[in-house]
Amino acid sequence: MVDAPQKNIAIELIDVERSFGRQQVLKKVNLAVEEGTTTVIVGASGQGKSVILKHMLGLLKPDRGQVLVYGQDLAKLRKSQLKEVRKDYGVLFQNVALFDSMNVFDNVALPLRERTDASEAEIRANVEEKLALMDLEGVNEKYPAQLSGGMKKRVGLARALVMNPRIVFFDEPTTGLDVSKSNEIYRLFHKTQARLKYTAVIVSHDVPKIFKLADHVALISDGVIEGCMSPEEFQLSDNPTIRTFVRETMGPIYCSEEEERFIHEEA
Amino acid sequence: MPEQDKASKNPAKWLLGTLAKSLERIGAEGLYYLEQVGRMGIFLFACLLNVVRPPYKLFPIVRQIHFIGYRSIFVILFTGTFTGMVLALQGYYTLRKFGSEGLLGSAVALSLLRELGPVIAALMVVGRAGSAICAEIGIMRNSEQIDALDCMAIDPYKYLMVPKFVAGIVSMPMLTFIFNVAGILGGYLIGVSLLGVPGGSYFQEMYRSVDWADVEMGLVKSLVFGLLIIWICAAKGFFLHLERSGGFGAEGVSRATTSAVVLSSVAILVWDYLISAILL
Ligand SMILES: Nc1ncnc2c1ncn2[C@@H]1O[C@H](COP(=O)(O)OP(=O)(O)OP(=O)(O)O)[C@@H](O)[C@H]1O
Ligand SMILES: [Mg+2]
Repeated sequence: MVDAPQKNIAIELIDVERSFGRQQVLKKVNLAVEEGTTTVIVGASGQGKSVILKHMLGLLKPDRGQVLVYGQDLAKLRKSQLKEVRKDYGVLFQNVALFDSMNVFDNVALPLRERTDASEAEIRANVEEKLALMDLEGVNEKYPAQLSGGMKKRVGLARALVMNPRIVFFDEPTTGLDVSKSNEIYRLFHKTQARLKYTAVIVSHDVPKIFKLADHVALISDGVIEGCMSPEEFQLSDNPTIRTFVRETMGPIYCSEEEERFIHEEA
Repeated sequence: MPEQDKASKNPAKWLLGTLAKSLERIGAEGLYYLEQVGRMGIFLFACLLNVVRPPYKLFPIVRQIHFIGYRSIFVILFTGTFTGMVLALQGYYTLRKFGSEGLLGSAVALSLLRELGPVIAALMVVGRAGSAICAEIGIMRNSEQIDALDCMAIDPYKYLMVPKFVAGIVSMPMLTFIFNVAGILGGYLIGVSLLGVPGGSYFQEMYRSVDWADVEMGLVKSLVFGLLIIWICAAKGFFLHLERSGGFGAEGVSRATTSAVVLSSVAILVWDYLISAILL
C-alpha cells in the first residue's frame, strides 16, 4: 500500500463508553475509519458490534467519549445537521428493518421519492437496476413478510445503495445467504467500491472471506477494539486475543470435540 | 448487622427513613410524568412546525384522509343517526312535560351541534383511527423502521406525522358535520314520524334557535379533538421505546395502544368541558 501523505479520516470513535443499565458494552472504544476504505468489524456474538455501528449512525449516544464524522461530533449536532450527515449514509440494519407495509419496489424507491425530485420513470429505472444487481427480478410486488431471509437482506442492500452513498454501514450483509450469493455480493461490493469510492464499515461473521474485501480489520472483544489493522497483519498478529480469534475462526473445521482436542494437541 | 439494629431501635430515624423513601418515590414519579409531558409538548411543536414548513406533499395527506376520514363515515353515520334518535325520544318526553314538543327540533340540533356531535364523533375516531395510528407507529418503532427512516435522512416527523396531523384536523370537522346531519335526520325520523311532532315546526324551531355561535363551538371542538387524537395516539406509538415498561414487542404495542385510547378519550372529555367553559 502506498503511504498517502494525508489520510482523511471519515469516522472516528474516541474513548467511547456506553452502558445499558449495569452492563458496560463499550469500555473504551477507539476506532478510525479512513475515507475510501473498507473497515470490517469482527467479534463474537453479543460483543457490541451492532452497538458500535449504531453509535456511528447517531442512533445511540455515548455515555462518554466522542463519535466524529468528518470531524463533527454527532452528539453535538442539531437535528438538521445530523440529517445532512446522514444524507451520505447507506445503511443495512442487522434485522434489515424494511418497511413492512410497503412492497419491495416502494421500499427501495422511498429514499428517491422523499429526497430527490426524480421523475417516476427515473426512479423506476434506478430501482430496477439496483434490484437486478441484487439478483431480485420479479419480486417488486411482494411484501417483506413474503420474502425469504436472504432476499430481505438483498432488498435491504439495494435500499442502502440506491442513493449512491458516501459511507455505507452494513451489519452482517451476507448472513443467511448461500455461498454463491454471498460471493456475488462480495464481488458487487468490490466493484461498486472501486467505482464509487465509498467508505465502508462492515460487521460480519464471515471470516476469513470478508478479509478479501477489507482494508482494515478491527476485533471487538470485551468492550475494547483489539487493533485495527490490515487483514494480513491481523492474521499474523501476536496480540493474544486476536490470535485466539484467528485460530478459532480460521482454523480447520471441527466435527466433534474429540477431533477438536486432537487438532489442538497437534498445533 | 449492628447498624440495622440501631435503626430499628430508633423509631424517629426509622420514620424519617420511610418518609424520605416515599418522598423520593413521589419525586421520581413526578419527574417521570413531567418528562413525559415535556416530551409530548416538544413532539407536538415539532409536528406542527413541520406541517407549516415546506415541502408540502398532497398524496400522503389524501391517503390519510381516506383512512381517518372517509373510512370512518359509515360508523359516524350509524352512531349519529342513533344518537339523534335517542335524543328525540328522550327530549320528547321531557319537553312534553312543559307542553313544548314543538321545540324538539331545536333541542336535538343544539345538543348535537354544541356537545354530542363533536364528542361522540371524536370518540368514534379514537376507537377507529387513533388506536390504529398508535399501533402502526409503535410497530414501526419496535422493528427499527423509524431508525431506518432517520438513517436515510428522511424526517419521520415530516414523513409519518405531518400527513396524519393534517388529515386529523381536516377530517374531524367533516365527520362531525356528517354526524350532526345524521343525528338531526334521525331525530326527525323519531320525533316526526313516530311521535307525531309536526314536521314543519321541527325544522322551523331549529332554524330559529341555532345561531352561528353554536356552529362555531362545534367547529372549534372538533378541530381541537382532531388534533388531540392524532397528537396523543401518534406520540404514544412514537415514544414506545421510552415507556417505563420498555414497550417491548407485541405486548408493548398493545399496552401503548390501550393507554393511548384511554388517554385521548379522557383528554377529549376534559377539553370538551374547558372549551365549553371558555366559549360560553
Ligand atoms: N438497547 C439495548 N438495551 C440493552 N442492552 C443492549 C441493547 N442493545 C444491545 N445491548 C446489549 O449489548 C450487547 C452487544 O449487543 P450487539 O447487538 O452490539 O452485539 P453484536 O456484537 O452485534 O452481536 P451479533 O454478532 O450477535 O449481532 C449485548 O449484550 C446486548 O444485550
Ligand atoms: Mg449485531
